[in-house]
Amino acid sequence: MTLYPELTDDKRREMLTTMVLIRTYEEAILREYHADKSPGFDIGAGLVPGEMHLSAGQEPVAAGLGLHLTKDDAMTASHRLHHVAIAKGVRLREMTAEIFGRETGLGRGRGGHMHLFDPETHFSCSGIVGEGLPPALGQAFAFQRRGTDRVAVAVAGEGAANQGAFHESLNLAALWKLPVVFVIEDNDWGISVPRAQSTSVTSNAVRGAAYGMPGIRVEENSVEGVYEAAGEAIARARAGEGPSLIEVHTLRLWGHFEGDAQGYRTDLEGVPGRDPLPTYKNTLTSLGLITDSDYAAMQSSASELVEDAIDFAKESPTPNPADALKYVFAEGALS
Amino acid sequence: MSTTIHTTSQALPVEPEAGKRKLSTAKAIQEAIAQQMRTDDSVFVMGEDVGPYGGIFSSTTGLIEEFGPTRIIDTPISETAFIGTGIGAAVEGMRPIVELMFVDFFGVCMDQIYNHMAKIHYESGGNVQVPMVLMTATGGGYSDGAQHSQSLWGTFAHLPGMKVVVPSSPYDAKGLMTAAIRSNDPVVFMFHKGVMGLGWMKKNKRSIGAVPEEPYEVPIGKARVAREGTDVTIVTLSLSVHHSLDVAEKLEKEGISVEVIDLRSLVPLDRDAIVASVSKTGRLIVVDEDYQSFGVSGEVIASVAERQPELLKHVARVCVPDVPLPYASQLEYAVLPTPARIEAAVREAVAS
Ligand SMILES: Cc1ncc(C[n+]2csc(CCOP(=O)(O)OP(=O)(O)O)c2C)c(N)n1
Repeated sequence: MTLYPELTDDKRREMLTTMVLIRTYEEAILREYHADKSPGFDIGAGLVPGEMHLSAGQEPVAAGLGLHLTKDDAMTASHRLHHVAIAKGVRLREMTAEIFGRETGLGRGRGGHMHLFDPETHFSCSGIVGEGLPPALGQAFAFQRRGTDRVAVAVAGEGAANQGAFHESLNLAALWKLPVVFVIEDNDWGISVPRAQSTSVTSNAVRGAAYGMPGIRVEENSVEGVYEAAGEAIARARAGEGPSLIEVHTLRLWGHFEGDAQGYRTDLEGVPGRDPLPTYKNTLTSLGLITDSDYAAMQSSASELVEDAIDFAKESPTPNPADALKYVFAEGALS
Repeated sequence: MSTTIHTTSQALPVEPEAGKRKLSTAKAIQEAIAQQMRTDDSVFVMGEDVGPYGGIFSSTTGLIEEFGPTRIIDTPISETAFIGTGIGAAVEGMRPIVELMFVDFFGVCMDQIYNHMAKIHYESGGNVQVPMVLMTATGGGYSDGAQHSQSLWGTFAHLPGMKVVVPSSPYDAKGLMTAAIRSNDPVVFMFHKGVMGLGWMKKNKRSIGAVPEEPYEVPIGKARVAREGTDVTIVTLSLSVHHSLDVAEKLEKEGISVEVIDLRSLVPLDRDAIVASVSKTGRLIVVDEDYQSFGVSGEVIASVAERQPELLKHVARVCVPDVPLPYASQLEYAVLPTPARIEAAVREAVAS
């Protein structure tokens, strides 16, 4: 693993801690999602119904980015979002309650896993591929107009980089020098379609040049690589020098969504060895920054946070069906 | 080939014997596509995850094994580009079947659909045809949230130039898909996820049914009397047909006789069949999983009101009340046209 020379030991440990928290969270959601869907998988059944896209394997993107962002910066994400939401600091209890469809959730149970909105951390996401990018421009526009040094980060998959919205957003952001950072997570797959069959270039980073912005590709799913690239891009944006594009070669450890048997997948054999979590843990261990018992402590405090959030969600009330028409308009229901 | 023949006044089409062989709606669609691809090499399939995955809702399962990746084509997530590609290929005489997974995603490529696919024939004064099928999944009921659960067929039916078909049964799905592929017009083919007979969705006994092996057409624009009755007419489509039939069966035991009309297509709309049924019952309920206002339900009621308003003793709608589909199932089932809501509407109708 490539190391970033200027990283402090504390920051390294912090990134590993975030990665562990994310993985612990995703494993818990996985467990809860499948707990009551059998016998015979029924996508609509159970405590956590609907589609579920988990981001195990993509923790380095979130952890590397998150360290540079404050609560006041904005982030828009895609349908695969728990990792970046956690790294952005979205409230874990409320996020979990939303995933469980509870009244205490971020969207009072109206939004669900793909539609999380947290105004406190300026986080949002969308289930429509590529369509989370344009709103980030608007948030950046507002920050720029108000003379702040806040930035917006738009995260999307490599599949989304073939959408019109991606190309239009890069052009406009560069044209108006908006404080935006575009982050593309290349996990090699858009559901079942391998990137080689969907994307005309081997690196989306080169597409930055077409719109007049720097583009950089981070290889090896390297959290330190992300930290470095994001640091530069975010500093550039904060300094009013405009947008940047970062692509990270990451890894979708599990299926596109839960229930996906991945029969199409040709790279599965090599996947376990590419898991970024043991990789980074081993790196930090060999640098003498953590011991096995430090790591175990990280895992148990992550577990505590996650189980607390899950308990909170489960103990929260479900929404009242009579309120189904509430919140269509700010003024309340129209008749 | 056994093509169904209809006269305009006939609401109940003469259908080929369905036989004993049963298929799910998904398999019926696959079979229709495969049969047309075998006889016509201008037919091809294009879309997201239609190849080795076989379509997220199994509309194209197995086709790549028979036809290979040059005729079953996985696309990038670039809907404007690949739906436009379908249009261009159709203009040059090919017969593309283009799938875009969920109807909720049509917004990103709407211009290609409603300004190009749907208008070229008209703008060219009838000189250019666009024989293309645009296939997609609709509907909710499994907590997939507001961006993955819409029906939206009313939106496409509202915009001129495209036929809009919405099958509810395996038999109709095969026949309508065959008709759609053979049609020289653009056809939007919308299947509800809940009628496909998928193993990983809530089980639905009506999503598996008898389907003839040979190719046949169900003509686009002919409604079906899914069940005859004398007290109340339910006009509906797609998954709501199944719910309405369940309710009708239940109420029969109490002596309430419900006629269920399955529209099968919205464009053209079989207004004759609607009026014919209401002239028997005098009571009209429209059940629609799309949003209530400015949509199918208003159109169905207007079809009777414009022609024979005196028929209408009672009118009601059971639709989604103009709210984005909520995620939590308690909320989602409060706004979907559930059997309970349909039953209540029928009881109110017969009490009036
Ligand atoms: C506009 C649109 N088209 C298609 C889809 C269906 N869809 C959801 S996720 C996905 C693949 C996305 O791939 P990528 O952007 O690489 O993200 P990943 O899932 O790999 O994280 C597709 C095709 C969608 N949600 N929105």
